[in-house]
Amino acid sequence: MSARIGTNGRLLNRDRAVTFSFNGREMRGFEGDTLASALLANDQMLVGRSFKYHRPRGIVASGAEEPNGLVNMGEGNRFEPNQRVTTTELFDGLTARSQNHWPSLEFDVGAINTKLARFLPAGFYYKMFIHPRPLWKHVYEPFIRQSAGLGQAPKEADADTYEHFYAFCDVLVVGGGIAGLLAARAAAQSGAKVIVMEQTPHWGGRAPVDGGTVSGSPVDEFVEQIVSELDAMPNVTMRTRTMGAGVYDHGYVLGYEQLRDNAPEKPGPRHRLWRIRAAQIVTATGAIERPLSFAGNDIPGVMLASAVRDYLVNFGVSAGDRTVVVTNNDDAYLTAFALNHAGLQVSAILDARSIDSDSPAMQQARGLGIRVLTGHGISTVKGGKRVSAVEVCRQDGNGSVTEEIACDAVAMSGGWSPVVHLWSHCGGKLTWDSDQAMFRPDVDKAPTGATGAPFVKAAGSANGLMSLAETVSDADAAGKAAARAAGFTPKRTKAPVGESADEAPMQPVWLMPAQADYHHRAKAWLDYQNDVKVSDVQLAAQEGFESVEHTKRYTTLGMATDQGKLSNINGLATLAGALDADIPQVGTTTFRPPYTPISMASVAGEARGDVFQPIRRTPMHQWHEANGAHWEPVGQWRRPYAYLREGETVSAAVNREVLNTRRNLGLLDASTLGKIIVKGPDAAKFMDMMYTNMMSTLKPGKCRYGLMCSENGFLIDDGVVARIDEDTFLCHTTTGGADSIHQHMEEWLQTEWWDWNVWVANVTEQYGQVAVVGPNARKVLETLGGMDVSRDALGFMEWKDGQIGGFACRVYRISFSGELSYEIAVDAGQARAFWDALMTAGEAFGAMPYGTECLHVLRAEKGFIMIGDETDGTVIPQDLGLNWAISKKKEDFLGKRAQERSHMTDPKRWKLVGLETLSGGVLPDGAYATGEGVNANGQRNVIGRVTSTYYSATLERGIAMGLVLDGPDRMGEVIEFPGTQGATFKARIVGPVFYDKEGEKQNV
Amino acid sequence: MSEPITALGGAVSQNGIAKVAEAAREGMITLRGDVTSAAVKKALKSVTGAAMPGAGQMATSGSYTLCWMSPDEVLVLCPADTVGDTLTALQNAAGTAHVLVVNVTDARASFTVAGPLAREVMAKLCPVDLAPGAFEPGMFRRTRLAQVAAAVWMPEAERFRIVCFRSQARYVFDVLCVAAQEGSAVGAFN
Repeated sequence: MSARIGTNGRLLNRDRAVTFSFNGREMRGFEGDTLASALLANDQMLVGRSFKYHRPRGIVASGAEEPNGLVNMGEGNRFEPNQRVTTTELFDGLTARSQNHWPSLEFDVGAINTKLARFLPAGFYYKMFIHPRPLWKHVYEPFIRQSAGLGQAPKEADADTYEHFYAFCDVLVVGGGIAGLLAARAAAQSGAKVIVMEQTPHWGGRAPVDGGTVSGSPVDEFVEQIVSELDAMPNVTMRTRTMGAGVYDHGYVLGYEQLRDNAPEKPGPRHRLWRIRAAQIVTATGAIERPLSFAGNDIPGVMLASAVRDYLVNFGVSAGDRTVVVTNNDDAYLTAFALNHAGLQVSAILDARSIDSDSPAMQQARGLGIRVLTGHGISTVKGGKRVSAVEVCRQDGNGSVTEEIACDAVAMSGGWSPVVHLWSHCGGKLTWDSDQAMFRPDVDKAPTGATGAPFVKAAGSANGLMSLAETVSDADAAGKAAARAAGFTPKRTKAPVGESADEAPMQPVWLMPAQADYHHRAKAWLDYQNDVKVSDVQLAAQEGFESVEHTKRYTTLGMATDQGKLSNINGLATLAGALDADIPQVGTTTFRPPYTPISMASVAGEARGDVFQPIRRTPMHQWHEANGAHWEPVGQWRRPYAYLREGETVSAAVNREVLNTRRNLGLLDASTLGKIIVKGPDAAKFMDMMYTNMMSTLKPGKCRYGLMCSENGFLIDDGVVARIDEDTFLCHTTTGGADSIHQHMEEWLQTEWWDWNVWVANVTEQYGQVAVVGPNARKVLETLGGMDVSRDALGFMEWKDGQIGGFACRVYRISFSGELSYEIAVDAGQARAFWDALMTAGEAFGAMPYGTECLHVLRAEKGFIMIGDETDGTVIPQDLGLNWAISKKKEDFLGKRAQERSHMTDPKRWKLVGLETLSGGVLPDGAYATGEGVNANGQRNVIGRVTSTYYSATLERGIAMGLVLDGPDRMGEVIEFPGTQGATFKARIVGPVFYDKEGEKQNV
Repeated sequence: MSEPITALGGAVSQNGIAKVAEAAREGMITLRGDVTSAAVKKALKSVTGAAMPGAGQMATSGSYTLCWMSPDEVLVLCPADTVGDTLTALQNAAGTAHVLVVNVTDARASFTVAGPLAREVMAKLCPVDLAPGAFEPGMFRRTRLAQVAAAVWMPEAERFRIVCFRSQARYVFDVLCVAAQEGSAVGAFN
């Protein structure tokens, strides 16, 4: 059994007990525990069920590489699945539940899958569920979803907040182990600005557990000393609980800081995503121990040797009373020594290596009375929910059992793999080190920046240097080199000297025993989290999957949330073996950020709730809000769709607004319409290029409706242009078009016509603009008093500056509704007061505000097009019967040549017409009209579609516009629009102007 | 004519790690023109008394401030009640030089973030090096603030001014308050 012991536990505060619960059971730990160490201290070996076979799984590792110990953390609005127990700090009141089990962790029905293992081989989804097709959706997928999968999805919105932080530095050091600290110091001594981040709450990494000395001091004391040194340097920023998640182009690095996952009661954001620009990056990310592939290596109680050591030294937790160490290297002996030192029994060290004479570590072990069997390994681990014994065999044999050793823990070590993830994210290459059986950074092929110079350096064990002595000198050199590359002069100091015990070479072991039969290989796990075994990878190779990337996807090796941190190298070595290829030939899969999963919320940062998106508000926004506005998003603006009165439906409100505007007086907040000033000696020439119309002939004081096309001829925007003076135009754009048209103008001025003397400025928000519309429009303005707005003083399509009701304003006599209409612009700071004045004065004339839907109905009744309804990026003005707005005199304008291309002049292009349903009802929006026959795909031919459709309260019937084949030549014809649910609508083709065809009303 | 109002009527929040407040209305004029040309520089100097600042800088003289916006744009800050006169004076001083001078006072909203942690609040939202020494009073930066465009400068140590589009005033105020929330000190600039 695993248990807390009285000694060791350097990270614990034994004076502070902490209570937590696992699967509803109350447990106790200490401050400083991880959830993993606390579970083990409570003899909770079994922490979850595997993904596919629902096999019992226990904690394997002690850090970020843990594949099994994933739990559902928290409750309600703080629930989060897939949290790793090894990196979760214990706090009082923590609640966790194991995942992927049903009905319970101890008894899981899905475990029957393990009996069916031979029917669930690699690629089994592809093989089994392909036929018959319909069964996938209705039978197979629901079953697989029920039986597979890890954590549950949260049901409630996250209660916490998150944020970003932008930081800049000369040298960023990822990893706060001995290498990271030394590199940071060496860099910082040059004066460079340094950030050093460490994913755990503690500095020093593995070194304090593994021991040794640096410059004569025990390594843990040296760590304390260097941390206080760095703390005192003003040019160094140190962050614990901050993981270097990804390295990107141009020295961009994401750091993931967990601010209070260890103390949920604290105020403030939960996670902070550091968005860092660093001139140079040092990856001192350490190394990860590899499991050995033997049968039963997934039974709870089988752990990495380094993890057994960590739990003992850091947390005072023994993984078992009797431990068998199985290894191919000397490093695992440290675990045996630590156990022995703590008074725990090491039943045997099974060393797979066959070497002539004992290494110093072997000698030391034997000296301590520990049994060492060289050339031996594990044939099978016995046990179900925990280890009960190991069957010993010769490593070079086929697994014949030489003896059985009873034990309750197995500490395994297959060697170490440098953490090369961050080195690789931005293109750093790897090289195979056959002596140490590891991929390590290829120093000649580092990630390169904009100048072609390397911007990432690996240091210490992340660089493949596994002894303390090598790590120390490498880290010092890396820190100095990074500072130099960032433009600083490193201090000419000697590197500290590290000393640790000599180690004999490791010997790669990819399968234990080497000649294991199928039965054993099918129980030798490579990927714990995705349930991939040695036999699966061999099967994939047999079936022709030679590429490691293909094998990964076929077998799901390395595709789980741990991204194959433990399984990668063993998996590809197995593949290489099966293909009879060299490991470097097979290569690795691609390392992609983040290093370990980061919260989605940290990526979103502050963007949630009220500030999820910037909502743009006009000066009258609050009035609308207080007066029943039913909002419509238009770009990022919110515009009132209609103003609802007590008990009124939206459609009733729209109809009321339409009738009132036609009969009395409507007020529209038109502030969102774009307003762009174009000025300069070449302004008129520029305007003639931007618009299809002739704008240069427009007289100052006059307005003209204009169309804008892209260079491909398609209609992109429309609006009224006012000529302010000889050199100055004011262009109104659509609400959504203000920014894009401004950019469109700037682009042409900056890239094509850079020698034209024209300036443009977007002044949209300088003004609040109100459309005063209806038969009483003039009356209300005259009541407010001020400038002369009579028919003679201010004719249709004219503008004037003046004052109304004491407000300085510019009045445009333009109409988008067919009614007598003025659009009046005042400074935004006075717009609300002006609106209030209009509402008050308008009361006597039946004034009502109207929203965007009423605006749409009014314009549709008049047959005016709407950008985004009648246009969709494929429509040219000629399709819409707007030939009158396309100048034939101009030599050129944007879109002119495109519109002369054969497809654009094709008479078969659908053209705009009005549509009246025979029933008087409303056509469905976007409905297609069907014609005779079928097309090449056997579908009915279509001959047109509805672009706008409304109920017209004025005409008391449905009206619509649409684009129809030969439409203008087919007036009076009836065409059919099949709707949904079997209904077919019949509509007569008519002219697009439904109301006041002569345009009398706007001209009064 | 009524008294002009700002977008948020002077909203203030001091619940967090820095004080966030809407600033008083200030006159703003955009001048587009070749700000490296002698004619434009002379016109600016004669009206405001300030010399045209270099890239990323601002220059103040009396109640006028010139802010470098781009090689062909300068933002002129002046008291709100002198905008009209300043606009006319700039136009006249430019003479025949090709410039566009336009009042943008009401097109903008303006905020201050103040306190010892003001730099940190801003560095949560703007991708700019705001460390002491890297950004100081006298510098002027057009940038992104969370999801919108903004210009920022420091009128004095421990105080930022932010200018954004008026329609986005509520968003900017709210997002500054989120960034300044209690318990969110970073400790990066200590």
